[in-house]
Amino acid sequence: MRSSKRLAAGALAAALGVTTLAACGGSDGKKASGGSGGKTVTLVSHDSFNASDPVLKAFTAETGYTVKVLKSGDAGAALNQEILTKGSPRGDVFFGVDNTLLSRALDNGIFTPYEAKGLDRVAADVQLDKDKHRVTPIDTGDICVNYDRKYFADKKLSPPRSFDDLIKPEYKDLLVTENVATSSPGLGFMLGSVATYGDDRWQDYWKKLKANGVKVVDGWEQAYNTDFSGSAGGKKAKGDRPLVVSYASSPPAEVIYADPKPAEAPTGVATGTCFRQTEFAGLLKGAKNEAGGKALLDFLISKKFQEDMPLQMFVDPVAKDAALPAEFTKYGAKITESTTVAPDKIAKNRDQWVKTWSSLVLK
Amino acid sequence: MHPGAARRGALRRAGARFGLLALPLVFFALFFAWPVAAIVGRGLKADGAWQFGRITEVLGDPDIGHVLWFTTWQALASTALTLVIALPGAYVFARLDFPGKQLLRAAVTVPFVLPTVVVGTAFLALLGRGGLLDQLWGVRLDTTVWAILLAHVFFNYAVVVRTVGGLWSQLDPRQEEAARVLGASRLAAWRKVTLPALGPAVAAAALMVFLFTFTSFGVVQILGGPTFSTLEVEIYRQTAELLDLPTAAVLTIVQFAAVGLILAVHARTVRRRESALKLVDPAQTARRPRGAGQRALLASVLAVVALLILLPIGVLVQRSLDTPDGYGFGYYRALQAAGDNGSFLVPPIEAIGNSLQYALAATAIALLVGGLAAAALARRGTGRLMRGFDALLMLPLGVSAVTVGFGFLITLDQPPLDLRTSWILVPLAQALVGTPFVVRIMLPVLRAVDGRLREAAAVLGASPLRAWREVDLPLVRRALLVAAGFAFAVSLGEFGATVFIARPDHPTLPVAVARLLGRAGDLNYGQAMALSTILMVVCAVSLLVLERIRTDRSGEF
Amino acid sequence: MLKLDGATVRFRQRAALDAVDLEVADHETVCVLGPSGSGKSTLLRVVAGLQPLDSGRVSLGGADQAGVPVHKRGLGLMFQDHQLFPQRDVAGNVAFGLRMRGASRAEQAARVGELLDLVGLPGAERRAVAALSGGEQQRVALARALAPSPRLLMLDEPLGQLDRTLRERLVVELRSLFGRLGTTVLAVTHDQGEAFALADRVVVMRDGRIAQTGTPLEVWQRPASEFVARFLGFENVVPATVTGTVAATPWGKVPVPSGSPQGEARLLVRPGGVRLVPARDGLPCEVVSRTFRGNHVALRLRPGAGPLLEAECELTASPQPGDEVGVAFAAGGVVVLGEG
Repeated sequence: MRSSKRLAAGALAAALGVTTLAACGGSDGKKASGGSGGKTVTLVSHDSFNASDPVLKAFTAETGYTVKVLKSGDAGAALNQEILTKGSPRGDVFFGVDNTLLSRALDNGIFTPYEAKGLDRVAADVQLDKDKHRVTPIDTGDICVNYDRKYFADKKLSPPRSFDDLIKPEYKDLLVTENVATSSPGLGFMLGSVATYGDDRWQDYWKKLKANGVKVVDGWEQAYNTDFSGSAGGKKAKGDRPLVVSYASSPPAEVIYADPKPAEAPTGVATGTCFRQTEFAGLLKGAKNEAGGKALLDFLISKKFQEDMPLQMFVDPVAKDAALPAEFTKYGAKITESTTVAPDKIAKNRDQWVKTWSSLVLK
Repeated sequence: MHPGAARRGALRRAGARFGLLALPLVFFALFFAWPVAAIVGRGLKADGAWQFGRITEVLGDPDIGHVLWFTTWQALASTALTLVIALPGAYVFARLDFPGKQLLRAAVTVPFVLPTVVVGTAFLALLGRGGLLDQLWGVRLDTTVWAILLAHVFFNYAVVVRTVGGLWSQLDPRQEEAARVLGASRLAAWRKVTLPALGPAVAAAALMVFLFTFTSFGVVQILGGPTFSTLEVEIYRQTAELLDLPTAAVLTIVQFAAVGLILAVHARTVRRRESALKLVDPAQTARRPRGAGQRALLASVLAVVALLILLPIGVLVQRSLDTPDGYGFGYYRALQAAGDNGSFLVPPIEAIGNSLQYALAATAIALLVGGLAAAALARRGTGRLMRGFDALLMLPLGVSAVTVGFGFLITLDQPPLDLRTSWILVPLAQALVGTPFVVRIMLPVLRAVDGRLREAAAVLGASPLRAWREVDLPLVRRALLVAAGFAFAVSLGEFGATVFIARPDHPTLPVAVARLLGRAGDLNYGQAMALSTILMVVCAVSLLVLERIRTDRSGEF
Repeated sequence: MLKLDGATVRFRQRAALDAVDLEVADHETVCVLGPSGSGKSTLLRVVAGLQPLDSGRVSLGGADQAGVPVHKRGLGLMFQDHQLFPQRDVAGNVAFGLRMRGASRAEQAARVGELLDLVGLPGAERRAVAALSGGEQQRVALARALAPSPRLLMLDEPLGQLDRTLRERLVVELRSLFGRLGTTVLAVTHDQGEAFALADRVVVMRDGRIAQTGTPLEVWQRPASEFVARFLGFENVVPATVTGTVAATPWGKVPVPSGSPQGEARLLVRPGGVRLVPARDGLPCEVVSRTFRGNHVALRLRPGAGPLLEAECELTASPQPGDEVGVAFAAGGVVVLGEG
């Protein structure tokens, strides 16, 4: 009898041990998220968020707040997690709602309105909530078709420039894109076609694109690193598609992340195939450190952060006074004619469009 | 007379079992059942009313029907193929001695920890355009279901070799010899003596392979292309992308039902098979191959391992060394220099450290929870309730990481259990996946331990705990280490749950690899390959160290 | 030392032990004898604490053992198939109980050496148990059980699996060993020869109950019931009506010892109580078969009426199968059996 009691007691002690351990971890987290001291401000974001240490330290020096960054999943997953934890958020500021997801974020009311200081320096066309200031635009990026310079030079073929070009016979079997259902650039490219051809004709466009041999793979990583002939990975994997749906910032990245650096980016951008993504940040409802969150939002559109951002996340700044890094201007393409679709329209039609696209292209 | 004595005895046994089970029960209730139930409940309950109509609505969708059908049959086919290919391997690793055996056994486990994105790329080098098969015979299997099946074999080969081989090497070969003396052919002796003894381990391995392939995500997407969709992908999309919780809830229930069905079938087939076996020291059972038959078997197993496992791994290593300036360690050097050019990278040493810390914590939790559960389940007189718990322990393998991850968010949000931003959540989630391995590997061996040995120890003065330590532990030490190896490898390579859990920026190796692959640029790609290679080396070295512990200790008794 | 009061164990409906009362005195060797399924192994498990009682009481040295776990009872138990720990060598097995009691390494080594000498396996410390013969395993199991000097040593079919000559030798060795050590022993066996050779007192069990208790001689000479008689191998058991010193049986009148119970009863005639006389002087029988048993011959006889009779006779005086002989009964070889 006594021994079994002792056994049970042992098991219980072990159970408590784990829970205590867990609870300790929990209280650590809470302390860090600034429940009482208010000296820490927590930024929740997706996995692609990045900022350089000196810049974050500068924020601490300016405001006294230390930034703690929590990342989880891709943009969609990170936002959905915020919606699920509405009212009891894990942090103070959420960064990473783009225009394809904006309506969902706003409809679910996860943000407290706050007009960030310095918003006047931000281009008006990206201020998609300029009446209520529930979200603040932070960066933009263009999803565009990239091409393999060498391939087109070797073939003495001029690379495509527009959506229309892509369905021309000379570009047959050259393009690889991503599954709209699971990939953010894939979705952006489809939205670009919707913006270009309208609600009635975009399906026709995809029928033609399919007839012209577009290849669809599941994610950007596979499309870019395996099937695209212009990337480092694609070259090793003997990729045979010289056109890929990627980002306007991909060519500069190909230069920045090369050793030795080439004189020219190995890839280029088809500037007429772009869809503009704008990413926003907002102060979370129920934030424990609201003052810190507001300071952080101010900081996110400050010149310092905006100029740091391009090389950290390969996006364009929204602040008009922020200078682009030399690599961007030298190796990247200037996108002047990007397409976009209103967030509420995306929210309303997204599921149906994805279904239509899937049955058109995948079946 | 003591009228209460009988009841007291029964109570004591029930109490001991409950004592063992308390921790596993709390663990599963808190970190699995509750979160999953909460997220499913949230989906099915709109505006305070249950929306059961959604179930028929979603199930009526022919697309969903198609997805369910494909998910199930590819999992069954993958499981069958894995068993056919890996069982000879289990035999060879258990019973034959050959140079480099330990190294090779660690190597076949390496795929287990590799991020699917990386594996997909490597596998394409075998099956895809310009791949080996293409060059030799002009055969391309990418975007066919064969690529999916073979990749599943690649991932799960070690599951069979380790779970089945672990027990196999401890079976007394004299029993088979006895059958042969009695006139049974080699095959008949194997079928009549060894196979029934291995039955539970084979069934356990098959179950785990099935659950893994049933919830397969990355492999199906990369190798099968977007036309093949599994239930797991649908649940991910509905939860993480569309936030359509009702649909996700219905799909999760469907997933539960399917997994539950398989678990029931498994329980039924295994129930009467597990019995006390005569276990011997594995070192005594393995011997050098003799005769043409054994040599041919060894050769064919080595060929399969080389083609199916070493070749794709080799491709990764080759790509990690293939710099623009020719072969060299440029990408590895770049890992060290990370941060110099303002790049976003994590220092790789730190990622290795993070991975090891998480993996150690997850392994410790899985061993504690799984070991206690297995000890409770191995006790005699296991009733229906206990078998139900046995099945429950397997469920996490069959449930989407995104379901569990999102469930955490809405349940573990109140003090003292506000773990949403705690680092412990990562190893806890990983331990959910590791625990079933521990239970499945330990249980057949624990059940095979003759209970009277324990009684002998008790009569000689050993308390139940001491008897377990003195009698069971030495006999199950090997299984324990195998289980620890698996839990460790699972956790080292775990990606799904890890990415969904918000954590301070301490990326693990798989997360760091995924980040690198998510960026354009030669250096990023090369460093991803280099980091994957490091991940493989870390995994292999850890497993070799575990094996080393085993050989050192076995001499102690 | 050991006392059982109304010890009862039920497996589902069946009673494996049915209100068993039993005492074992200090330094006594008691052997429980019974066919398989009679509950004798359950008895040992109950005493060891491996099997909880449904009712009744087990006391050791006067202390009720209810609630005392197995490992606190300070007993020795030698299992039927030894149950040596396969992963430990001989010394590791023998020293196990000492280790559990926290004996120092030196103490352990000394005691192990002592016990291996005692059981006749000097210097076997480092041998692997798998490499031992059956007899050697037996000795190691015994040494392991004896090593911690248990207050009560229990043996479950101690010599069950050994060959005959080895068994006979070991029985003698064990008996003298226990005598020398003064060990209190409770053994169970299904082999009467083993029980009689080993025990100070024999307990015969049937269906969970004690059928008879007594010294080997008492039990052998006066089996308490037909069951005990038949279990001991006697076959001349017939129904009888006892009147005074004579019993009416299917074989005719048979003399019984004076003081035998009167009335309807079962009657045992031990083979030694069947005397061969000339055919006309006694019950006429035909010799059916004869079997040499060392110094005597066992005969099977078919009388004119009643069941076959077993008889013994001198080697030299043995009749041939088919011969007609007469049988007379000696009251000294006749036992009126009790109920049960």
